[in-house]
Amino acid sequence: MAEAGYALEARGITKVFGLHVALDNVDFGLRPGEVHALLGENGAGKSTLIKILTGAYQPTLGQVVAEGVPVTLENPQQAQKYGIGTVYQEVNLLPNRSVAENLFLGHQPTRFGLVHRRKMEQDSRVILKRYGLDIDPASELGAHSVAVQQIVAIARAVELSGKVLILDEPTASLDRNEVERLFEIIRDLKSQGLAIVFITHFLDQVFAVADRVTILRNGKLIETRALDDMTRTDVVRLMLGKDVAFSGATAVEDARPLGDVLVEFKNYGRKRSVHPFNISIHKGEVVGVAGLLGSGRTEMARIMFGADAADEGSVTVAGKPASIARPTDAIAHGFGFCPEDRKAEGIFGDLSVRENIVIALQGKLGWFSALNRDEQMEIAGKFGEAMDIRAASLDMPIKLLSGGNQQKAILSRWLATDPDFLILDEPTRGIDVGAHAEIVRTINRLRDEGLALVVISSELDEVVAYSSRIVVMRDREMVAELNGENINPGVIVQAIANHREPAA
Amino acid sequence: MSIVTKLALAAGLATALSTAAFAQDISGKVIGFSQIGSESGWRAAETSVTRQEAEARGVDLKFADAQQKQENQIKAIRGFIAQGVDAILVAPVVATGWDEVLAEAKEAEIPVVLLDRGVDASEDLYMTAVMSDQVLEGRVAGEWLVNTVGTEECKVVELQGTVGSSPAISRKQGFEEAIAGHDNISIIRSQTGDFTRSKGKEVMEGFIKAENGGADICAVYAHNDDMAVGAIQAIKDAGLKPGTDILVVSIDAVPDIFTAIAAGEANATVELTPNMAGPAFDALGAYWANGTEPEKFIITESKLYTAEDDPAGEYERRKGLGY
Amino acid sequence: MMRRFLSALASPQVIALVGVLLINWLLFPNFFRITWQDGRLFGSVIDVLNRGAPVAILAIGMVGVIATKGVDLSVGAVMAMAGAVAATMVVAGYPAPVAVAAALTVGLLCGLWNGFLVAVLDIQPIVATLVLMVAGRGIAQLITEGFIVTFNDPLLIFIGTGSFLGLPMAAVIAICLLILVTLLVRRTALGLFIEAVGVNRAAASLAGIRSRMLLFLVYGLSGLCAAIAGIIVAGDIRGADANNAGLWLELDAILAVVIGGTSLLGGRFSVPLAVVGAIIIQAMNTGILVSGFPPEFNLIVKAALIFLVLIIQSPMASRLVPTRLMTREGSK
Repeated sequence: MAEAGYALEARGITKVFGLHVALDNVDFGLRPGEVHALLGENGAGKSTLIKILTGAYQPTLGQVVAEGVPVTLENPQQAQKYGIGTVYQEVNLLPNRSVAENLFLGHQPTRFGLVHRRKMEQDSRVILKRYGLDIDPASELGAHSVAVQQIVAIARAVELSGKVLILDEPTASLDRNEVERLFEIIRDLKSQGLAIVFITHFLDQVFAVADRVTILRNGKLIETRALDDMTRTDVVRLMLGKDVAFSGATAVEDARPLGDVLVEFKNYGRKRSVHPFNISIHKGEVVGVAGLLGSGRTEMARIMFGADAADEGSVTVAGKPASIARPTDAIAHGFGFCPEDRKAEGIFGDLSVRENIVIALQGKLGWFSALNRDEQMEIAGKFGEAMDIRAASLDMPIKLLSGGNQQKAILSRWLATDPDFLILDEPTRGIDVGAHAEIVRTINRLRDEGLALVVISSELDEVVAYSSRIVVMRDREMVAELNGENINPGVIVQAIANHREPAA
Repeated sequence: MSIVTKLALAAGLATALSTAAFAQDISGKVIGFSQIGSESGWRAAETSVTRQEAEARGVDLKFADAQQKQENQIKAIRGFIAQGVDAILVAPVVATGWDEVLAEAKEAEIPVVLLDRGVDASEDLYMTAVMSDQVLEGRVAGEWLVNTVGTEECKVVELQGTVGSSPAISRKQGFEEAIAGHDNISIIRSQTGDFTRSKGKEVMEGFIKAENGGADICAVYAHNDDMAVGAIQAIKDAGLKPGTDILVVSIDAVPDIFTAIAAGEANATVELTPNMAGPAFDALGAYWANGTEPEKFIITESKLYTAEDDPAGEYERRKGLGY
Repeated sequence: MMRRFLSALASPQVIALVGVLLINWLLFPNFFRITWQDGRLFGSVIDVLNRGAPVAILAIGMVGVIATKGVDLSVGAVMAMAGAVAATMVVAGYPAPVAVAAALTVGLLCGLWNGFLVAVLDIQPIVATLVLMVAGRGIAQLITEGFIVTFNDPLLIFIGTGSFLGLPMAAVIAICLLILVTLLVRRTALGLFIEAVGVNRAAASLAGIRSRMLLFLVYGLSGLCAAIAGIIVAGDIRGADANNAGLWLELDAILAVVIGGTSLLGGRFSVPLAVVGAIIIQAMNTGILVSGFPPEFNLIVKAALIFLVLIIQSPMASRLVPTRLMTREGSK
């Protein structure tokens, strides 16, 4: 691996947090004058690797090598000295200071010990011109668009560092034209010999700008390859770990008898969030939702539940037109929603397991028909037992439980409301094997009991196992609906990678 | 010459000035008045008395309320200078930071009179300062008590003003000076009542409990009338008679204390006169008439009021002043 | 039930209260002496209840606000406004019940205004309530025109200084409010909802809790409690002192809530313990009064005692003491 000519190299990096191995013997080499895409689903280890390369973390094992010389990076400032600069998705500059100050923050030109403002602004003008920005360096940074701020951040990183530029999801909040402009800058920097790491969830962008790609999965290096000889399908397959060649159609059970249509969304969408989609969900069926992170799948779940209001389209519940502008509307129609980010939007960390379970039912009952403690205990006990929640006491704070048990409690919370329709966003992410199996078992049981479910998951095997239909999201759009034999990981991967490939 | 005698002399002089026939005509003069604000009843009374005094003399008073901010006062003074007023009265909100604007007034040859508080600036930057002597106020209250109890044993509880404030320090000092040498009178408890009625009442309740249900207390000395009014209620709640079982003496002479004196529930109050402007106008009149430079400090009278001084009448005279 | 009552008695707040009372007793042996005088109880302990009542009432309103991760800085100013309204109305000849009702309405409206700023406009509570903290006192001064508006209305005076069953009226009102509000939050699901919103507003919204309505309610209650405290304080001195009524009491109320174990980060709260917190503060104040310390030491002594109390109920201390003693019972 000691190939000459790397601007920056990671050799055999392993990083352990407690008992969790975040990176496992990963090699990564970055050449001058290339754009290198770093891909992987959440938790694959991308950000850990970046933090090691920029000195924010120290590796447990392995070495960082800058231009052939092993280095120890204690902190990001030191990484800067070796020419490594980083630009994050959220611009971390000072919006209330001038553009020039942001460019030169920490190393302002001085005269007589004071900041030489005029020189600073002159220099800034020259630098900005190189990036095609004709803005007043004295203007406040926050007054400019996110794209301009992003470019200023890149300019600052390049001026400070000059050899390696790490772009961590720089395009996440940019529109199409802005992305194109950013790409021009990236290509320009590349031609100047900079080594650029590019992290994104958008495959189109990878193919548009990157030369080589490194794919991580579960902390392991899967592949580093030139993009020329790869298709989108190859990339998705490597990211999700599905070997398309060997996964033919799974044995499809006899078509399950479908109940009546329970919920139907027509041209349902929300600007800047998810394109209008059409979907009807029957009683007794699971509709799986597949798609990469950022594909719009979570946004779709949120507008279905009214967490974000749809601004176009209509919804009918059990054949009657309904209005779902907020979660309480959805709950009144018998909906339930387990959000993706369990900690931020799901659990009430300081409240007891019991309270976490009864809260939605209590919310449905209103303020004045309070469940007393015994009733709460009974309900929590009943659903806790059915879901096999492992807690020393139902009165202990839920934050002390494992992720799997927390997820079971949130599922119990909705089951306690006796729902007709459940939306589960990544219900099995980041939980242990036992809890995982319990949740999958529950999904199957609920479907058989006649509930309608929408389940979003990155675990293709799992989705395939319990779904009667699968919709595929890509670029905030529903791009395919798969039925029958097409419900298999291979087809799903192809649909995620490129919707032009036949889907049905 | 000690400072006390100096002040006493000045006080005497001020009295002489205001009573003597210095009725120079200052009508038609334009005088600017930068007031602090209206943070207390006394302050409001000072404003209304100043207006009355100006009207009585035919002075065209330009009034500016600074709402407790020095920068507003400085702006107001600059405004007065720009308008070319004949004189400026200032009740300074703080002691420091006046040199520049006072120098501007001096430059414009406009005499400046400070009301009720001093400043840390060179004395030649203003003509005179009209002030009360807070130590004297405490002393007058103490002397009243000394004369009233004679040789009888008397344990006094003291309701102090806000800890560290200059009236609290001075009024405490004056009272202690007056009772010094009278071993039959002693201050047994002293706590702050923050110059407010409710704290005055609360603290007095505590004192009563701590001193044998109030039986051991001969008199209460409050640094202002508001606290005394609160204390009177506490004494009544404890089943004692204020003014009889426990003597009540305080400072300020606000209208409500005269109601209490008239009802026999308070015994004496020392006036902090809101009429600071009157002596100021007189000094200006003398100056304009024949160039008399007034004393640097004009000390107002600290008059004692008791039940003999027509408390009901005093109440009527004061109630409209804004206390 | 009995066991939970006993475990509440072993809470650090109650231990701290007992400690402060003991110190008072050591400094002033007659501290616990209570006599019967003119149809009412009379003694330092009664003073603590009477004087502590306004802050206790503020704390009863404040604890709900803080549990939602908010804070209400305006209560002191609302007290001044309510007192000013009640006093000027009775002086103007309105019957006392009308004046009281008007003052309570003003308090409620102030609270709902705060609720509007926080819940609808999404302004940070500390900033939102700062508006009324500053403006409210100014409005009170406008109402009283800078005077201390004194009155002789028997009903208002009774609210401030009267007694019922020998207890000071202020304490009786505080106790009634304590019971009412405790029942309101614990016999209905309000307490749970307030805690849920305080712990995680995003999750609460997804779980179908109308957090906006809830915020209106807690701020409205806080404003109402402040108005009640304001009427009591005005009745106590038979006058509305717009400059000084309730001045800095918002800080005492916040402190009472914090001493009562409710985190400023929201979540778990206890109305009774917040009241215990208010009583602790007042016991310290009264102790300082009767002990005869020079007033220059008031603030230092108070700060040191509060520091001690906060240490006693800090998470660190509860780890050092057997957990069974320190565990605070949850919501019911």
